[in-house]
Amino acid sequence: MSQTIALAGNPNSGKTTLFNALTGARQHVGNYPGVTVEKKSGRYKLSDQQFQLVDLPGTYSMTAYSLEEVIARDFIATEKPAVVIDIVDAASLERNLYLSLQIIEMGVPVCIALNMMDVAKTRGVRIDADRLSELLGVPVVPTVARSGKGKKELMKAAARVAGKTSPPAAPDISYGADIDQALSEMEPLIDAGGLLAAYYPARWVALKYLEADKQIVSAGDAANRQLSARLQHIAGRVEKHLNHTLDTYPEALIADQRFGYIKGIIRQGVIHLDNTENRLFLSDKIDRVLINRMAGPLIMAGVLLLLYHFTFALSEIPLIWLENGFSALRGLVDAHMAEGLFKSLLISGVIDGVGGVVGFMPIIMFMFLGITILEDSGYLVRVAFMLDRVFQWFGLHGSSVMPFIVSGGIAGGCAVPGVMATRTLKSPKERLATLLTVPFMNCGAKLPVFALLIAAFFAYNKAWMMFVITLISWGGALLIAKLLRITIIRGAPTPFIMELPPYRMPTLRGVLIHTWERSWQYLRKAGTIILAISILLWAMMTFPHLPADTVRGFETTRQQIVAEAAPAVVREITPPRAGQELSAAASRLKTRLAAINAEKAQAALKHSIAGRIGVSLENISHLAGFDWRTNIALVGGFAAKEVIVSTLGTAYSMGAVEAQQSAGLSRQLADSPSWRPLTAFSLIIFVMFYSPCFVSVVCIAREAGSWKWGAFTMVFNTVLAFILAVAVYQGGRLLGF
Amino acid sequence: MQRISMRYMKDHQSGRITAVRARGELGRRIREMGLVPGTAFSVKGRAPLKDPVALRIMGFTLTLRNNEADHIEVAVEG
Repeated sequence: MSQTIALAGNPNSGKTTLFNALTGARQHVGNYPGVTVEKKSGRYKLSDQQFQLVDLPGTYSMTAYSLEEVIARDFIATEKPAVVIDIVDAASLERNLYLSLQIIEMGVPVCIALNMMDVAKTRGVRIDADRLSELLGVPVVPTVARSGKGKKELMKAAARVAGKTSPPAAPDISYGADIDQALSEMEPLIDAGGLLAAYYPARWVALKYLEADKQIVSAGDAANRQLSARLQHIAGRVEKHLNHTLDTYPEALIADQRFGYIKGIIRQGVIHLDNTENRLFLSDKIDRVLINRMAGPLIMAGVLLLLYHFTFALSEIPLIWLENGFSALRGLVDAHMAEGLFKSLLISGVIDGVGGVVGFMPIIMFMFLGITILEDSGYLVRVAFMLDRVFQWFGLHGSSVMPFIVSGGIAGGCAVPGVMATRTLKSPKERLATLLTVPFMNCGAKLPVFALLIAAFFAYNKAWMMFVITLISWGGALLIAKLLRITIIRGAPTPFIMELPPYRMPTLRGVLIHTWERSWQYLRKAGTIILAISILLWAMMTFPHLPADTVRGFETTRQQIVAEAAPAVVREITPPRAGQELSAAASRLKTRLAAINAEKAQAALKHSIAGRIGVSLENISHLAGFDWRTNIALVGGFAAKEVIVSTLGTAYSMGAVEAQQSAGLSRQLADSPSWRPLTAFSLIIFVMFYSPCFVSVVCIAREAGSWKWGAFTMVFNTVLAFILAVAVYQGGRLLGF
Repeated sequence: MQRISMRYMKDHQSGRITAVRARGELGRRIREMGLVPGTAFSVKGRAPLKDPVALRIMGFTLTLRNNEADHIEVAVEG
């Protein structure tokens, strides 16, 4: 059986880089039970010993107040890894040791990787690893994770620690007279009662009672209510005393003392500074330009635009390959299978469904490639820093900017990678509010709908109209985020206490692994559900079939037309050939036959479940100016917004209209008596705000960790969009538009 | 030496933390990043809209919002 080694450390300490260097591509990504935090594990072989490496979430502390901390702590306590490797950033040793001390206090075997020794050296910081090891009582191995330097020595040291049988001696940190006295009173009680003894040392449990750690106190309550009450009583007494005498409370004092202890260690010859008091580090020099008050925002706009164009331009190429592949497949099935229900299911349900799922792959891969590069280089967190003030007004976080932009903040994005990009947000409430509002951005699939309507009704000022649409979606999304944050996702803002890590060149391996993980997860987790919904929607737009006599009616008309035409003309168009020169009579015949087919398609659509929904909704949808044709198109738009234009084409008996070639449909709408500019504007507003496409809904549900939120966006967004569209339509009518 | 709230420090000004008045989660987050009494730091700069503020502290750069800096009392020169 292989032993388990857990990797713990601060965010940005190079933990993941070290993990990648140790395990290579032999990684397994899963989730911790019941939560959306990723659990990465991999194998490492040292001569004949097998180790199972687990990458714990990066944390600054070991309290129980963030999901990451709870996960890391629970893993160490319950899984009892043979050794915990604590990765410490040598360049900011003091802050990193705060976590190290807490891990050591948990009484588990620890080995410290003193990482980024190269960076520390260039900054004129020399660290005596042996001295540090001596003072902390655990092995300390210098490493450079990026180059893999020291990883073998580290694993050897870890293996030695893992091989020892005697429990490690806990360090003797003094927390000041008041706390120390309470600890010495509580420790024997905990020992005698065996409280949580299976998981934690007694002194650690006592400390947590003093810190009023909710998780430990409730676990203690469950194990031994009487003892727990007694410990809480002691903790309460200390708290009252500290509040009275020092105007502080135990948790704060313990933290202060821990840092005091660290400062004490460092002063004992651990760090040698080579006179660098006022030297500017390279990162600070770069920051003088990149987060400069004037230049910073301009450069940021440039970088974001570049990322955008890079992603969408590059993903276009494989997307076209995929589309061609799927349409070839569609053609193949079309040519070799008999007409019928199964063929229709295969083409419109399965092939189009799978095509839809896979079609998102290029965009997801390139988007994450770009985001990972920005994130790993350290720039993304600076974007958050520069824009936080704006997003803070709306109850969001500076880090919300990326998901918004990816989703179509610059028109033409996609909500699916946008929703997945919310993972860079560490604050749960702001993250949820971002998740629920990014679909209001104008993704690439909404643009053809807007283009159609603008061409039909606002052709005199296309660019200006597009600008107004972008502004409305940003304004709407931010205001709705604010609304959510003061109603259902209420709560204090998450502090913006973040590290701006030094700029670093991203490692190729790290970027590729990260990009691949995201794309694979999307394909595996979202793919299957999306396929099922795709088939369901196909069924809704197909069943029930037209009654047999109606179909016969169309067939009779068709035969009549053919019979009326001259046989030579009929021969000219059977079988149909592409790109063929037709005589005037033949092309008239072809048009008439196409018209019959389109009429039949319209009748079939109206007769289907989706059609009936559309017709029955007319009763209320007329308030927003939509007739049954628009309604069906909107029902179809739930599958993918691209479908809106083609379904509208079918509903106007023009056959399925390609989104890119909608000029004919556009003229038809402009001439239709039931349409006017106000109707078009009302529809634009509705399409902007109503339910996201189901691919986005599936992703939202997954990211939010509950189907409840997936259902919420569908209902809430649609109701909201309808209210807005009705307001626009009725308001516009009153004003005489 | 005079004691002021961190919010009122100028860019590139240095100081030493004398007290952290925040409690609860905010207090915890402030402390775990090393913002404890006795720690020296300097203000590295502010975001384009003057909020948040970036600090250089113990060899790294830390950001926090002005309304979070309000809870931190600092001793500065002059």
